[in-house]
Amino acid sequence: MTVATHAEHHDGPPSSFFKRWFLSTNHKDIGSLYLLWALLMFFVGGTMAMIIRAELFQPGLQVVDPHFFNQMTTMHALVMIFGAVMPAFTGLANWMIPLQVGAPDMALPRLNNFSFWLLPAGSLILLSTMFMPGGAPASGWTMYPPLVLQTGMAFPFMVFAVHILGISSILGAINIIATVLNMRAPGMTLMKMPLFVWTWLITAFLLIATLPVLSGAVTMLLTDQFFGTTFFYAGGGGDPVMYQHIFWFFGHPEVYILILPAFGIVSTIIPTFSRKPLFGYSSMVYATASIAFLSFIVWAHHMFTVGMPLSGELFFMYATMLISVPTGVKVFNWVATMWKGSLTFETPMLFALAFVVLFTIGGFSGLMLAIAPADFQYHDTYFVVAHFHYVLVTGAVFSIMAAVYYWLPKWTGHMYNERLAKLHFWLSVISVNVLFFPQHFLGLAGMPRRIPDYSLQFAEWNMISSIGGFVYGASQLLFLAGVIICIRGGKKAPSKAWDGAKGLEWEVPSPAPFHTFDTPPLVK
Amino acid sequence: MAHAEGGYYVPHFSFWPIFGGVALTSMAAGASIYLNGSDWGFTVMMIGVALTLLLMAGWFANVIRESVSGLYNTQVDRSFRWGMMWFIFSEVMFFGAFFGALFYARMLSVPWISGADPSTARFLWDSVTLNWPTAGPAYAALDWEPMGAWPLPTINTLILLTSGVMLTISHHALKAGQRGKSTIFMWITVLLGSLFLGLQAYEYYEAYQHLNLRLDTGIYGSTFFMLTGFHGFHVLIGTVTLLVIALRLMAGHFTPDNHFGYEAAAWYWHFVDVVWLGLYIFVYVI
Repeated sequence: MTVATHAEHHDGPPSSFFKRWFLSTNHKDIGSLYLLWALLMFFVGGTMAMIIRAELFQPGLQVVDPHFFNQMTTMHALVMIFGAVMPAFTGLANWMIPLQVGAPDMALPRLNNFSFWLLPAGSLILLSTMFMPGGAPASGWTMYPPLVLQTGMAFPFMVFAVHILGISSILGAINIIATVLNMRAPGMTLMKMPLFVWTWLITAFLLIATLPVLSGAVTMLLTDQFFGTTFFYAGGGGDPVMYQHIFWFFGHPEVYILILPAFGIVSTIIPTFSRKPLFGYSSMVYATASIAFLSFIVWAHHMFTVGMPLSGELFFMYATMLISVPTGVKVFNWVATMWKGSLTFETPMLFALAFVVLFTIGGFSGLMLAIAPADFQYHDTYFVVAHFHYVLVTGAVFSIMAAVYYWLPKWTGHMYNERLAKLHFWLSVISVNVLFFPQHFLGLAGMPRRIPDYSLQFAEWNMISSIGGFVYGASQLLFLAGVIICIRGGKKAPSKAWDGAKGLEWEVPSPAPFHTFDTPPLVK
Repeated sequence: MAHAEGGYYVPHFSFWPIFGGVALTSMAAGASIYLNGSDWGFTVMMIGVALTLLLMAGWFANVIRESVSGLYNTQVDRSFRWGMMWFIFSEVMFFGAFFGALFYARMLSVPWISGADPSTARFLWDSVTLNWPTAGPAYAALDWEPMGAWPLPTINTLILLTSGVMLTISHHALKAGQRGKSTIFMWITVLLGSLFLGLQAYEYYEAYQHLNLRLDTGIYGSTFFMLTGFHGFHVLIGTVTLLVIALRLMAGHFTPDNHFGYEAAAWYWHFVDVVWLGLYIFVYVI
């Protein structure tokens, strides 16, 4: 598509490095910043995971002391969720949504950069707690009182970091909604939007609806700690369990925030490499919306063992199981899309296929956890750890890697190195299963999570899991290498990098020019 | 349905976003240091507050300049509308967390401690009877009184509702091209907002001085002061915003059919108004 450009502010990027990367209003540059920050945090959080697996390599305490181990489990989660996965999805949204809907930029470009700069601000405040007296938060990322109130000097920093990261995500989400609802090219009706755009629209709604609730919850923690309120103290008429309800009212939609954009990515990639349109487009949209709706009424399945009334246990059990219906629709549609397609297996497709299989395993273990009476056995064991790493690592993280390989040619103008990428994929997909699958067995056998030591009968599977962890961690260096090599050079990518690809982003040159769609394209 | 028409205004670059990142970091780190017991944190926090105020003034001034010089088309206007709408929705959810805490305490945790859930009550405070308003079993010896709905909160309700009417009259006047009338009613709205704040300050003074009702008076004090306090803070923001709008009205920034800044401030004011009605019913009356 040829696009007429206005003369003045539509040339290339600013020549000054500072102006370009620190004062940007450009959705592509801000998207790159988000992605690079997420990559950095992925390795920071990954290092913490390596420390955890090193300690758990053998029974007994050998690498770190227990308090530091608890800091690692807490910070690993916070860094990966708020520093790596959410920013990576936001970076993808920044880059791709304006390109996919034919918009000149995000709707509110300055706000976009503000959202970004709050991210390093919040991340650095959070990471700085590692160097404080008393260490980083060690209560688990859920920050349950009264335990979290024992945090040392890190406590207020943790609370304010959550506030700042929350503001960042809320403003980013507002921007995305405004962009999707207001910036679509003529003819791009809602039901013609690519699924990545749809899933992000719904994710943005979840973000705006739930992050303020998390802010409220941590504010109550702060006032309980410093100003004598008794929200979570039974002596003052409050209840520590109240915190858990407020937290999980945020927390459950949050896990869908981490996975809905992944659904969008997989729904983009599978049709491309199957060379068939997505099967059941509208049912995908409705399934996404249903999952988002249900995510608001299932939160207490994280709390089956705290002592809820029986009616509560039953309601939350059945509501949770209902989620498997729209999720099943999605998995069915992905499989049906591939049915009789002419499939090729480039790296994005491999990651997307691994996503479908492994995310589904995570979904099934989630269904097991949803059974309230059974959950009394699984609760707070390694089974839960295995479950959410299947949905978040082989789910969310794999989808991000699929997306990066899929769109790198559009971003850099170069094809990535397919051999290196395939090696990255195969090492990752094998090691990640060695890493997490044994944790199911450990959990079912009763090994508790968040404990640096364990009984001897858990030794073998822990050692195997740790070996898988080290290989998985090391394989991600191949990903880093692949990305760097692709940025620096490589085979020239055509504007349409994949022959089966559909969508507006493939109609602009590769690399995408600094400004695209200044005059909106007409979508038929 | 909304359609793009081209010529969407995208600023070249902006200094304010990263400035905002620094400002909020300074505020958050300063507050944390202060709470951890070092007085110099207070200075850092206040620098952060000052930078944040500067940020808002500078950023808004930037936007106003662009708007007045005609850089924004109707599509940009719609972006602002969506942005403001969803921002207000996020604020609603923030208040939702505190309303949720109030409902949970009143409907569940207090009755449970009070014996509705025998297994909880037996292990915590056996055979204690609590009725809302309560500060909780550990504070049973505390001598305090709850804040009644009459007279101050009811007067404040009337003030806030009246201010909403005044604002609407001002808006209709603006749309009818009567800028003078619009300005007068906007000033009345600002005055009523300030009056509300003054009366709420007096209410807090009464609570602390005569009712012995404080932020740390158990769950009643916690929910009362956090809900009304955050609301009061939002009234303060709303009043300052309307004040700025009144000045901009006098400066002639708004035309009968192009005045989004005015409308956004009005939406915000109505949102604050509606939250107050929820507070009045659930904190004061029931």
